[in-house]
Amino acid sequence: MSKRIKILKTYKIFIDGKFPRTESGRYTQLKKDNIPIANVCLSSKKDIKNAVLFARNAFESWSNKSAYNRSQVLYRIAEMLEGNKNQFLEELILQGVDPKKAILEIDQSIDRIIYFAGWADKINPIFGSVNPVASSHFNFTILEPMGVVAIVAPDDSSLLRLISSIIPVIVSGNTTVSIASEKLPLCAISLAEVISNSDVPNGVVNIVTGEKEELAPHLAQHMDVNALGLNLENKVLKDKMFFEATNNLKRVVDISQYNIQESEFEAPYIVKNFMEAKTTWHPIEKDFTSSNNY
Amino acid sequence: MSSKIKSLKYNGKWDFSPSIESIEDISLKKEYQLFINGQFQKPISKKYFPSINPSNEQQLTKIAHAESKDVDLAVNSARNAFNGHWGKLPAKERAKYIYRIARIIQEKSKELAIVETLDGGKPIRESRDIDIPLAAAHFFYYAGWADKLQYAFPNRTPKPLGVVGQIIPWNFPLMMAAWKIAPALATGNTVVLKPAETTSITALILAEIIQQAELPPGVVNIITGDGSTGELIVNHPDVNKIAFTGSTKVGKSIMQSISSTTKRSTMELGGKAANIIFEDAPVDQAVEGVINGIYFNQGHVCCAGSRLFVQESVYELVLRKLKDRMQSLVVGNPLDKNTDIGAINSKEQLSTINKYIDLGVKEGADIFQLNCELPNGGYWCPPTLFTNVSQSHSIANEEIFGPVLAVQTFRTTQEVINKANNTPFGLSAGVWTDKGSKAFNLASKLKAGVIWANTYNKFDPTSPFGGYKESGHGREGGLHGLSPYLNLE
Repeated sequence: MSKRIKILKTYKIFIDGKFPRTESGRYTQLKKDNIPIANVCLSSKKDIKNAVLFARNAFESWSNKSAYNRSQVLYRIAEMLEGNKNQFLEELILQGVDPKKAILEIDQSIDRIIYFAGWADKINPIFGSVNPVASSHFNFTILEPMGVVAIVAPDDSSLLRLISSIIPVIVSGNTTVSIASEKLPLCAISLAEVISNSDVPNGVVNIVTGEKEELAPHLAQHMDVNALGLNLENKVLKDKMFFEATNNLKRVVDISQYNIQESEFEAPYIVKNFMEAKTTWHPIEKDFTSSNNY
Repeated sequence: MSSKIKSLKYNGKWDFSPSIESIEDISLKKEYQLFINGQFQKPISKKYFPSINPSNEQQLTKIAHAESKDVDLAVNSARNAFNGHWGKLPAKERAKYIYRIARIIQEKSKELAIVETLDGGKPIRESRDIDIPLAAAHFFYYAGWADKLQYAFPNRTPKPLGVVGQIIPWNFPLMMAAWKIAPALATGNTVVLKPAETTSITALILAEIIQQAELPPGVVNIITGDGSTGELIVNHPDVNKIAFTGSTKVGKSIMQSISSTTKRSTMELGGKAANIIFEDAPVDQAVEGVINGIYFNQGHVCCAGSRLFVQESVYELVLRKLKDRMQSLVVGNPLDKNTDIGAINSKEQLSTINKYIDLGVKEGADIFQLNCELPNGGYWCPPTLFTNVSQSHSIANEEIFGPVLAVQTFRTTQEVINKANNTPFGLSAGVWTDKGSKAFNLASKLKAGVIWANTYNKFDPTSPFGGYKESGHGREGGLHGLSPYLNLE
């Protein structure tokens, strides 16, 4: 009997819940020890624009879902990831991660999703407020998602950093376009497959692969992106992103400032950084017995 | 400028006897110096510029113009204060200084109100009842936070940022100074503040108050000048944070200037707020709210309700009542307690407003202006309203910062949400309806930092203020006004 030929995986990009190839038709060959391991899409400006468009379209529906629902959808991602551990393990090892560290990274990634999933319906009770204004008004402040958030993953972490960047951003109702690690993109696409198999609506998470220096500035310049979440070691590119972001005053969060380890990363402040405070006033009817006790 | 005037005949019934606030007790100095390291110092530049009363174009005084070396001195003294006494002071002692400032502002409130009106042109009733009391309240509110910060940020130890550079506008001079300085001090930072060129005087009286409160030297430095002084503060390498209130254009250029630095920022920028009247709204209250929304402070308000959206079924009624109400507005001497609309803050601003009024007419909208006599001398603009406005008109898109209202209509809730949100700005919005569920629906759908439901232009130190999108970032006021001045890591 002849030896069975293994089915190789085609790595494509993830836009609006679908897996197209880049419209540009460009790709790069990923190698390990000079042996080709995969072909990866080199996405283009047009792919970025498509992804932002679908992220924008998905925003209203995702942000209007109940916090309870978003929490369960994120929990579902963790369930799916738990069941697909082997695939991520193979890819991490293939990309040069020590097997023990790879197992740890996957476990941490799953736990991180669970951690942030729980914040969906707790951010506002902690960070919202009812404000005791002096006039006869009911006045309260809540946090709302910003809109479309563009994320740039770091080069040196394939899975944990990407998950740690995407999940705290979407838990509040934002939608995302992420540029995967340029050197270690495999897990990012497999993560997209996990997300696709979860109950995450199309367009909430979009992931492209390619050259960061080419793609990231398009996101910083895009007038329909509300915020940037950056993991950038390259100071020149980082400065460029901050500069370009001023064209429509995007909020820019340097995610690389947060230590990826559990005790420091797992906090609600990163979620809050991708939200806007909205304050609402309404008069309270005045009669001679009333007072403002709010 | 063409104008169609359909005035009600009030036959003089709305004329009040003048009730002019006395300025006898007010004595302005001949020139005002820079407040650096607890002392009033002549500028190294030796330059001064005049401060004008915009209601009669008379010179009130001369103000020092700070240049590079003056800015260095101010920043250095702020740095020394931060590294020295102020940085080591227990938080509860810090609080006491801030409480003192609040109390002295209250004591001097009459003087401050009159000077604010003389220097800026706003009606005395407004400086007296809004600007000055809110400035005092802001200091009082944030004073109490100084020794309670650890309760505001669960599981974090908040630390001050260091030296903060603060640049403020001319529309609410003392109030903006309070909005900036109070939270900065409560959180343990030191300050270099620059008031706007046309309205520096109350900030310098605040410097006297700070001296009287015995705030340690260098904790607050107040330096005066134009945009070039502001730029020097922004670009000073020893400043840790920039807090700016002003136009979106300048805000963007500041963000570019600091984009490759580690400086933090708060930007409170322009707006083009929608004020929305539904057919089920209490019409008289809504009209009052629209008037207050756009004509308050001559429309020199970043959150002014400059776009009015009226549901078609009540359009005729609302417009008639709006025009009637406009006829009863009193435009004139800002020191008169009857005055509703004071002077435009500067000649430059008046020409900007007039440019937009001309543009409104040229682009095809119909103009309605209050038929009133304007004083001779000074800078004046009668309350103005445009109908037949479309979404693409300049007067419906760009911030005018004057008493100019653009009126549009709508049929459905979804339509008005789309129209209201179709702007790069997102500072504030108003909605008028008697239906609670509709008010909350709109409040959640409108993309703006402040939503006034069945009210407009209300402010309070406990209530966070600040914008979405190109209206800036960060909040001022309330719990949410603290974190922009703190490091939580």
